[in-house]
Amino acid sequence: MTANLNVESQSIERYLRQDRLPHIWCSGCGIGIALDAFLRSIDRANIDPDKLAVVSGIGCAGRAAGYVNLDSFHTTHGRAIPFATGLVLGNPELNVVVFSGDGDLIAIGGNHLIHAARRNIDMTVICVNNFNYGMTGGQVGPTTPLDARTTTTPYGNFEPPFNLPYLASASGASYVARWTVLHARELERAIAEAMTKPGFSFIEVISPCPVVYGRMNKEPKGLDSMHYYQQRSIIRDGVDPKEANIELNGPIMVGKFVDIERPTLWDNLRQVSSKAREKVRTQAKV
Amino acid sequence: MENQALVGEFFMNGDEACAEGAISAGCRFFAGYPITPTSETAERMSMRLPQVGGVYIQMEDELASMNAVLGASWAGMKAMTATSGPGFSLMMENIGLGVMLETPCVVVNIQRAAPSTGLPTMVGQGDMMQARWGSHGSYEIIALAPISPQDIFDLTILAFNLSEKYRVPVLVMSDEVVGHMSEKVTMPRVAPEDLIDRPRPELGSDEYLPYKPNADLVPPMAAAGEGYHFHVTGLTHDERGYPVMTAEAQDRLVRRLVDKIRFNRRDIIKYKEFQIEDADIVVCAYGISVRIAQLAVRMARNAGIRAGLLQLITVWPFAEERIRELSSQAKAFIVPEINYGQMVLEVERCAGSRAKTILVPHMGGSVHSPQTILEAIREAAQ
Amino acid sequence: MKLWRQPFDAAQKATKLGQIHIDKERCKGCGFCAEFCPREVLRMSSELSPKGYNFAVVDDESKCLACGFCELICPEFAIKVSTPLDNNGS
Repeated sequence: MTANLNVESQSIERYLRQDRLPHIWCSGCGIGIALDAFLRSIDRANIDPDKLAVVSGIGCAGRAAGYVNLDSFHTTHGRAIPFATGLVLGNPELNVVVFSGDGDLIAIGGNHLIHAARRNIDMTVICVNNFNYGMTGGQVGPTTPLDARTTTTPYGNFEPPFNLPYLASASGASYVARWTVLHARELERAIAEAMTKPGFSFIEVISPCPVVYGRMNKEPKGLDSMHYYQQRSIIRDGVDPKEANIELNGPIMVGKFVDIERPTLWDNLRQVSSKAREKVRTQAKV
Repeated sequence: MENQALVGEFFMNGDEACAEGAISAGCRFFAGYPITPTSETAERMSMRLPQVGGVYIQMEDELASMNAVLGASWAGMKAMTATSGPGFSLMMENIGLGVMLETPCVVVNIQRAAPSTGLPTMVGQGDMMQARWGSHGSYEIIALAPISPQDIFDLTILAFNLSEKYRVPVLVMSDEVVGHMSEKVTMPRVAPEDLIDRPRPELGSDEYLPYKPNADLVPPMAAAGEGYHFHVTGLTHDERGYPVMTAEAQDRLVRRLVDKIRFNRRDIIKYKEFQIEDADIVVCAYGISVRIAQLAVRMARNAGIRAGLLQLITVWPFAEERIRELSSQAKAFIVPEINYGQMVLEVERCAGSRAKTILVPHMGGSVHSPQTILEAIREAAQ
Repeated sequence: MKLWRQPFDAAQKATKLGQIHIDKERCKGCGFCAEFCPREVLRMSSELSPKGYNFAVVDDESKCLACGFCELICPEFAIKVSTPLDNNGS
């Protein structure tokens, strides 16, 4: 922590649309903490806020774009990543962050996630995972743990969930980390690292959802979920993401799992561009 | 060799001419997905865009393509995608996002016989109503229908100009015959004065309201990364761009989005007429059907029937006023289209009881024969 | 703070103290700040805010070391921790 907290406090406020607060998230919801960590990471990473663009999808986490005093885009369900791709390719000077939820990014948006990771497009994806579709009332999602109760799995979830760090890493992401919102400081550092690192960065943020998921799974208050994270999260930097499965009431592995160097999409596109221009030059000589 | 649009006379097919028209119009971003009969447009863009300093990206599906186009437009680029019926259906939700965010962009549909997978390599004109109503909600959109490779080159440039001027996705509703036929295409040098760019904000960043319209109902558009710190959303929003969940905000926004096109229709609607002045029977056609209709009208005139042709260049917004005018002069409208009746519904609506409206349908797979249209003209003339 | 022996330079060093500012309008009474403050500086009040939440209040500000964790862990952007401008002494 830096010494003069006055300055830090003011930094956060200038990145918020004050006229839109208090926000819509429930008491005990962790999305606000994730957003706070992201906003703090901007100065930590020395990112120029004029060149920073935030893209979100539909869902509770997707509402974050409406609260940030930055160029921000609240797009359609599942399509934040391709929209962000257009921004990245349209203006290589932009720093693009996608801030959205597990349903939006992994279910309907799953295909776009794996392709963006495959291409290693230079963007940072912050996936707030609260294990259900919160905005629509708590239905099952692709990250809901096996046997968990949701409004559409009243007898317990019968589908195994994705292991997000494994999915992102296998698809080619060059930076993969997971933190819970209790790990607010580590999360801020991870986001700063991810934004500065070229390539596709994926950060999963585990968050309480007390009003729906939590209420149906023995975590009726945000504090119950936070205590669960406190007791059961284990920091395992560098562990194989394959190990990072989350079972109902089981341990939650957190940390930085992947941090590798790979050519980014722009690296590859620039080569294509020079090849194309070379071809035109040689044809012109003929 | 940067930014070199082609200039000169060329022999190429409609798909390729469309790509060149886009480049001449200043398009430097294409995101698409292969689909018959449009893949040649993507292939040409993949070769040409890197030559002119642009970006070609093949996305994982049409939904991603449409969204990448919107993102690139918000980064300040002129952006385009091209597809056919099945891809067009997939793009619908995000064409709606483009309308709601008021994003300039061009979507090309080289139509094929439908519904569903249909006849991928053969002509259709069955997506015309979908072009107008395909996304949910009340909105207006601009759609153009080219009749030849030369025409698709010209109309793609027009499409970009209209999309920038009115901040709306513009659809180029072509078809497989135009897309795959090869003809001479003359590409003039396009001067910067001939191209329209989106209206830009004049004020400093603190005062910029992303959806405060100018007098023509079109708001000025900033690009991401210019320091304006704007927020835009697909939710119903006010002039600040913030979501506002009230009936009043909905009323204001939807009316402006629709009126933006309706009030400017005199600028937007274009059509061509052949031998209309004294016509008793007006053949109203668009796209490839125009070329067969032209022949049928000539044959009718040779047989002593006073027939004329109205070619719809702009299909949406529909040329209501012209049809209404002509309905007091003509006995009947003949509408040949390669579907089971779509634009004919508009003609019928506007002609009312003043003139008969007769559909000459063709389900798809080939174009009409001139005789079929001629017979309909003859029957109407009796 | 209880020490089993005094550091030699205890007189020259001063512990930074923090001041907590809580925005009652934003607080939704989740309790994270009170629960996770390492020095138990905060508690939840029994009063209700205008929105109907038991908002957080400072229980004993003299224990605050300005670590800032309450500010980080608050989901509502409702807490600010400041240090007195004069950093030498109390």
